[in-house]
Amino acid sequence: MRRSSNQMGPGGVGLWVFKLQTGILILQGSSSSGHAETSKVSNMVEWTEFERATIQDIFSKMDYESVGHNALTRCLVVYPWTQRYFGNFGNLYNAAAIMGNPLVAAHGTVVLHGLDKAVKNMDNIKATYAELSVLHSEKLHVDPDNFRLLADCLTIVVAARLGSGFTPDVQAAFQKFLAVVISALTKQYH
Amino acid sequence: MSLTAKDMSVVKALWGKISSKVDEIGAEALGRMLVVYPQTKTYFSHWSDLSPGSAQVKKHGKTIMGAVSDAVSKIDDLPAALSQLSELHAYKLRVDPANFKILAHNIIVVTAMLFPADFTPEVHVSLDKFLQNLAWCLAEKYR
Repeated sequence: MRRSSNQMGPGGVGLWVFKLQTGILILQGSSSSGHAETSKVSNMVEWTEFERATIQDIFSKMDYESVGHNALTRCLVVYPWTQRYFGNFGNLYNAAAIMGNPLVAAHGTVVLHGLDKAVKNMDNIKATYAELSVLHSEKLHVDPDNFRLLADCLTIVVAARLGSGFTPDVQAAFQKFLAVVISALTKQYH
Repeated sequence: MSLTAKDMSVVKALWGKISSKVDEIGAEALGRMLVVYPQTKTYFSHWSDLSPGSAQVKKHGKTIMGAVSDAVSKIDDLPAALSQLSELHAYKLRVDPANFKILAHNIIVVTAMLFPADFTPEVHVSLDKFLQNLAWCLAEKYR
């Protein structure tokens, strides 16, 4: 394959065909909603069958207590500035203290079960999280970048659990799911 | 977020444990990056096969991790260790530095997959810091 360029060389045609196919997919997406107004782009997330099955599978087998605890602990250790939101959790002095802290363990489970809403409503995640978004913005005052940090830690904990089962395609589906959740949680910030 | 003496010894100790699989980690991380972050494929339009496990991906993953391993051995002075590679990336490759974070994330995911027991939160934070410092030194000559 040639280095891509603006010229219509062999690589250029391939790129143009890719863009055309992608354009067709986007058009098909918006027209399949049944509306005559093709100018309005659907703002629902499109999930493939593989992505839906992958997310349902991962969460149906999830050990919520363990994974939640480990993901939150990892976040507080790897990105210590996230501890600012847990001033009333007591001893977060070092990794061992964080790992052994029962409030961290309990809250990890709460957060992970919070993802259940999205797992059960994959076609309407934005609306599903409207209230939680307001909560995180108006009451908890959480910088939305922290959602990304926790999501990365969750990805790594799940990867460690699934081992070779965490294939590149599974990782892509999982990270896409978390990205949609993060977007919905950030939606009500102003 | 500079590397402490503890970070350096943790990363060196980790490398002792994973050195036999370093090539595999590189290949897997690169392959994953191209799938999970498709925008990174734009840097490899000259390759014929970008799928995970392809010969080109394996070879290049090995090259990258070889350089990372070398940086571990020279962890006391990363700017000096990465000076030439920084010139390469700045003047020739011109990879957007945001992508260093993306590759680092995938290196971490694969390390966690292959060494779940060893990749504790403490090891994770030191490796994360090391890869961040490495990326910073790599971007040193960009402007």
